[in-house]
Amino acid sequence: MPDAAVSAATTRRLLLALLLAPALLWLLLLIILPHLDLALLSFRERVAPRQYVTSLAQYRTFFSEPLYWHVFVRTALLAALATALTLLVAFPIAWTIAKLARGRMSALLLLVCLIPFWVSETVRTLGWMILLRESGVLPALLVHLRLTAQPVELLYHDATILVGLVYTSLLFMVVPLVGSLESLDNSLIEAAYDLGAKGWSILREIVIPHAAPGITAGCIVVFMLTLGNYLTPTLLGGKNSLWFTEQIYTQFITRFNWEQGAALGFLLLALSTVMVWLGLKVSGQRFADVMRRA
Amino acid sequence: MIATLPRPAWLRAATTLYVAAFLIFLFLPLVTVAVFAFNNAPYPAPPWRGFTLDWFLGNETSGRVGLFRDAELLGSIWTSTIVAVWVTALSVVVGTANAFLMERAQFPGKSALSLLMLTPLVIPGVILGISILAFASRVADLCGDLFGIEADFLRPGLPLVVAGQFSYIVAISTLTISARLKRFDHTLEDAALNLGASHAAVLRTITLPYLRPALIGSAAIAFLMSFENFNTTLMLVGSDPPLTIMMYGRMREGATPVLNAVSLFLMVASALIALVLIRRGRRPESG
Repeated sequence: MPDAAVSAATTRRLLLALLLAPALLWLLLLIILPHLDLALLSFRERVAPRQYVTSLAQYRTFFSEPLYWHVFVRTALLAALATALTLLVAFPIAWTIAKLARGRMSALLLLVCLIPFWVSETVRTLGWMILLRESGVLPALLVHLRLTAQPVELLYHDATILVGLVYTSLLFMVVPLVGSLESLDNSLIEAAYDLGAKGWSILREIVIPHAAPGITAGCIVVFMLTLGNYLTPTLLGGKNSLWFTEQIYTQFITRFNWEQGAALGFLLLALSTVMVWLGLKVSGQRFADVMRRA
Repeated sequence: MIATLPRPAWLRAATTLYVAAFLIFLFLPLVTVAVFAFNNAPYPAPPWRGFTLDWFLGNETSGRVGLFRDAELLGSIWTSTIVAVWVTALSVVVGTANAFLMERAQFPGKSALSLLMLTPLVIPGVILGISILAFASRVADLCGDLFGIEADFLRPGLPLVVAGQFSYIVAISTLTISARLKRFDHTLEDAALNLGASHAAVLRTITLPYLRPALIGSAAIAFLMSFENFNTTLMLVGSDPPLTIMMYGRMREGATPVLNAVSLFLMVASALIALVLIRRGRRPESG
């Protein structure tokens, strides 16, 4: 029955087209075309009202204006530092959940660690502001304990920004770490211990190599989210925050200089992409696996 | 060291201390926010001046505008809800279509497409926002110049906010739903087809019920992520701000404890969503 075969093939093709359409519309209209447009925007320069020429002027401004690239480097370094600190803070907890706590206790502990992240970042940042500002809880406590004579301002320091960023990122580190530590066979550690290995060498020779995929996944996600964060640095850092996303916002929304804003946006995107790529290269992993893990 | 190996007492104590300190660190900001929602003072700051419900119920006469009398805040909660409903519906529907596309269909360029579907997750939210803003404005300008049509929905405002949030939340829905569809036992469908069920009936009575937990889970996550989104929304928002943007604006000015009240409301709401999900025997997903 060739007719039936033809119509079955047509139906199949129609179904494929129907399934493909939303995906293609989504990726084309909301991801690909907007980013191409942003690229075009960043390579033009306004020479007169409604008169534009193609040029590298926006990128030249970035390099010739110290404020821009200082903030860029500063943001990258603080984001890297925040990532490292998050790993240090999260690792013992992930270890406790995966290897020390048993059964229900371990599930409960993981759940308790996840709870704060169901609450909006705005709310969590509000909490830190009430705790840390000059009239806030911790400065009052320090005075009460006679550690300081006057309330000190704990907001608006780089350290404050780091605390906020680490706090906000913990979940994205704990979850992949627990996943990769749980799959580590305890008997390997027991064997190493029986053969006389000390804690530190077990960590370096067995645990870290095994957990590397989880560590990489966590670090990539945390670095990326930290780099692109806006709320935490601007609220906890105030005028001193000098975070790169804030520069992009200023150019785009406050100054309405979209060309400059687009160039800064692309630089941030480039940095983020390079770091993700490097992370994958160094650990020899595939992008898709890492995203699924995270 | 693991549980089966001997651990010195100091290490045990240190572990317990560390976990306790970690939990305090996690919950201190949330507890602080909640406690100061009830402080009888014009600012959310110590000392404690007694218990009050003014920041929930207060009206003009008491000089304190509580959450339930603050039309601006209530309006922004409503705005966030509408946006979140749209984003959730779109993400689950498109996410399901994507899951079937990636798990069931064969076509050239599939692996490239599957990689492309993950890219929105590695693009910073701010960049998603500005790129969609710039592109939509260009299209709106073109519409105006070529056809004389005012395409207002392409100017900063709620339709763009929905588009911006959808652009990456749908990637998460796709992952969640695909993961469950991948584990589906094909023989169930084959059996139904052999017994004479139509493809539509199989989809309705077997495949979709099987996917239900993933659909509900991804809907809850999409709703929550949309409600809490800040970065992308900030770039695309027009004259009616959703809750996070409204709170941000007030936090910069130094707001009254009404913000604590609305935060407490958010905590209770997220806790309820989390409970519903956990009762269904699932772990909450990460972002």
